[in-house]
Amino acid sequence: MRVNVTVNGAPMTADDVWPGESLLYVLRERLGLPGAKNACEQGECGSCTVYLDGRPVCACLVAAGQAEGREVLTVEGLAPGEGELDPVQQAFVECGAVQCGFCTPGLIVQAHSLIARHDGVPADAEIREHLAGNLCRCTGYEKILDAVRLAARRKAGS
Amino acid sequence: MDFLRATTWAEALRMKADRPDATPIQGGTDVMVEINLDKGRPKALLDLTPVTELTEWSADSGIVRIGAGVTYTRVIAELADRLPGLAQASRTVGSPQIRNRGTVAGNLGAASPAGDSHPPLLASGAIVEAESVGGIRMIPIGDFYTGVKRNALAPGELIRAVHVPERRGPQYFSKIGTRNAMVIAVCSFGIALDVAARTVGTGIGSAAPTPRRAPEAETFLAENWSPGDPEVSRRFGELVAAAAAPIDDVRGSRDYRVHALAVMARRTLGWAWEEHRRTS
Repeated sequence: MRVNVTVNGAPMTADDVWPGESLLYVLRERLGLPGAKNACEQGECGSCTVYLDGRPVCACLVAAGQAEGREVLTVEGLAPGEGELDPVQQAFVECGAVQCGFCTPGLIVQAHSLIARHDGVPADAEIREHLAGNLCRCTGYEKILDAVRLAARRKAGS
Repeated sequence: MDFLRATTWAEALRMKADRPDATPIQGGTDVMVEINLDKGRPKALLDLTPVTELTEWSADSGIVRIGAGVTYTRVIAELADRLPGLAQASRTVGSPQIRNRGTVAGNLGAASPAGDSHPPLLASGAIVEAESVGGIRMIPIGDFYTGVKRNALAPGELIRAVHVPERRGPQYFSKIGTRNAMVIAVCSFGIALDVAARTVGTGIGSAAPTPRRAPEAETFLAENWSPGDPEVSRRFGELVAAAAAPIDDVRGSRDYRVHALAVMARRTLGWAWEEHRRTS
């Protein structure tokens, strides 16, 4: 079947989609967007987190056909332009919140959704709760929390 | 596999009548896991997410009707005052990403004994609104769960909504898991006090083939309504544990579940009494 979906602002079409296929597979294998990562395929790890109509979701649990006519924003679409970084990405770089990097795209998108709805700096408990569905086996999370606090502080202008 | 995309509720019912073998899909948090991990291969998927009628909830005469497309995120944000037990349980579902997609109706469709919605729905006496092209059927929650991952839906039926009475007193939910997120319950318990009637509702999760109430514990408490009495709370816990029929599995042993249920029942009752004392 054919799926029409707007990804990172651009209308895209995927053909020969198998009805049981996930949005994640369509993004990675049919639309050339490998930013969202494929790991657990059961919503446990958060590596495939993307925005679907403005809400962060696990792309592995969205059937491709459910994305028909919807808007998807992936980690590739966060930065304002080529060679630039979104402030959350910049904070991850500066804080050393990346080690192997596999979980990073999912964490960036999920952290982005927290910063976007906050004008101030979220409490640690709220950051931890918001990132509870994103697993990282390298960093121990401390640098990731640093990065989220840094991005939030910069947005708050303090 | 076929992909059926319903855009209205009437169309969804027609599609389900034509293809009773189609698996309805909302948030995909159960259905897609089965497909991704090749545990099951539906003949067809019936996508209900375009059906906007399902994404509404309404409150009338003390009953909240939650459409089958209302996500856990919205239950938490919009219904915590009316349905505190269900909102508490919703907060323990998966992760923010899962709660942005998953629905109470999906929990009912999957009918896993470990589903987090079930204890508060049982405790407050919810009713499932099922519909087919033949008409609407209102199924009391106690009759809905028929076996492990089996429910009372007929082949042509879809869940339209779940009707949940608004709180009539304190409600609490407790769940045992290995961490604070992304856990399937080892076991869980929901309690709902009806302060005016001096009765209590209960719901046990993940400790029997289906979610179930603890009727003897409910009767005992109604007959021994003495807020804060530790001996009553202890006996209530024992009776809740006695109502369970758990098994040993990868998440926990039978004995642990029985013990944990007694503790959760006693504690949630304590929290409920405490709230009742503060607010009355």
